[in-house]
Amino acid sequence: MKSLLSEAWLVASKDLRIEARSRVLTNQVAPFAVLVLVLFGFALDADQRTLRMFAPGLFWVAVLLCLLLAVQRSSAVESADDAATGLRMAGLAPAAVFLGKSAAIFVQLLVLELLLTAGIIVFYGSSVKNLFLWLIAGLVTALAVATTGMLYGALASGLGVRETLLPILLLPVLAPVLIGATRAYDDALGAAAVDGWAWTGLLAMFAVVASTLGALAYGALVED
Amino acid sequence: MVRVGGRRRYRYGVPVIQLCDVVALLGRFPALAGASLSVEAGETVLLQGPNGAGKTTLLRLCAGLVRPESGQAQVLGHDLSVDGRPVRRQVAMLGHATGLYEDLSVAENVSFWAQAAGLDKSLAAQRATGALGRMGLDERLLSLPVSRLSAGQRRRASLAALAVRRPQLWLLDEPHAGLDQTGRNVVDELISDAVAAGATVLVASHELERVRSLNPRVVTVAGGLIVKDTGGPK
Repeated sequence: MKSLLSEAWLVASKDLRIEARSRVLTNQVAPFAVLVLVLFGFALDADQRTLRMFAPGLFWVAVLLCLLLAVQRSSAVESADDAATGLRMAGLAPAAVFLGKSAAIFVQLLVLELLLTAGIIVFYGSSVKNLFLWLIAGLVTALAVATTGMLYGALASGLGVRETLLPILLLPVLAPVLIGATRAYDDALGAAAVDGWAWTGLLAMFAVVASTLGALAYGALVED
Repeated sequence: MVRVGGRRRYRYGVPVIQLCDVVALLGRFPALAGASLSVEAGETVLLQGPNGAGKTTLLRLCAGLVRPESGQAQVLGHDLSVDGRPVRRQVAMLGHATGLYEDLSVAENVSFWAQAAGLDKSLAAQRATGALGRMGLDERLLSLPVSRLSAGQRRRASLAALAVRRPQLWLLDEPHAGLDQTGRNVVDELISDAVAAGATVLVASHELERVRSLNPRVVTVAGGLIVKDTGGPK
């Protein structure tokens, strides 16, 4: 277990260092996320009251779009000069590689969630009514989508049509997460009267299942 | 088999690779169509043959990256038809790509691959410095991102990343490609030193004269078969 975690940490820290150096998150994904929020505002052409009501859903749609970029980037880093083969040759446990790469995506999503929260406060006039629910729901949803994204990224990569197929494979699977996370944030942002904690519990279960399934299946997916 | 520095080392003369009628597929194409080969510890083997003969697939099979469809394949005592993964940590495979991360520095890359192979951070950094120096990479290059290196410098950094692992079996696919004269000499020294330390080296190359200077056993591959073998170390 210690070896698995230390190997996962090695992979995660490597991926995060690469993102820090390349600045893809700060220079490309983050502006894209903000742009999506602004465009939603233009498209709905609504007053702030309507935008506040739709803010939770728009927030998580923006997160999922950014997830697609993060997963594709994570795969591209390994395939650029066939480092993926190096990972296989190094003898790292596939589960550790999965957990490490998922952890790196998870951290990037948390940064984006912070930015998008600031975005909906500034552009839509939203406010966080339940800080603890906002935090926990944000964490478990980021974990759920990061692990599911990583799993489907490996699957699409194995099929050799990553860029075009990933959204088609991934987004339908994440539809329940989108619904749950939107309901949880409806409560956290005071947009609707729902039980956000019940939805957060479901999201946590999804995150545990996706993490476990991903750790078990990743080895088979990356093998020839 | 003996233990050196806590790791298993194969004695000279003990079979490291044993392939018998191995068939390996690339998609539906039989890249290896019944290849048989036995290589003993400490041997240097030159794999020669035309493009598409099956040399790279043979190397990838020995690395545990390609599973045999039929036949018997054992490398370092592990049956590849069961699972190739146990072999990999003891094997260094240099393919056509360098396997380096463009946004990390040369030193970070080599250190990462050393840690990925199970070395602790301080030992990894120590071995990385030694291996990079041995590959003739200028100290000023070590902190540069790989994206700023020339193709030859990347190749050397890639070899350094493999050398830190001190593998028992080296599988080198065109190791001299893209290197200048100095770089080629460094590769030859690396191979000689590895064999002197008891490792086994398989080199697939079209630069026959260059590799022949290492006095290897010459194995000719064609159509997925071993068609000629000078048979044992010279």
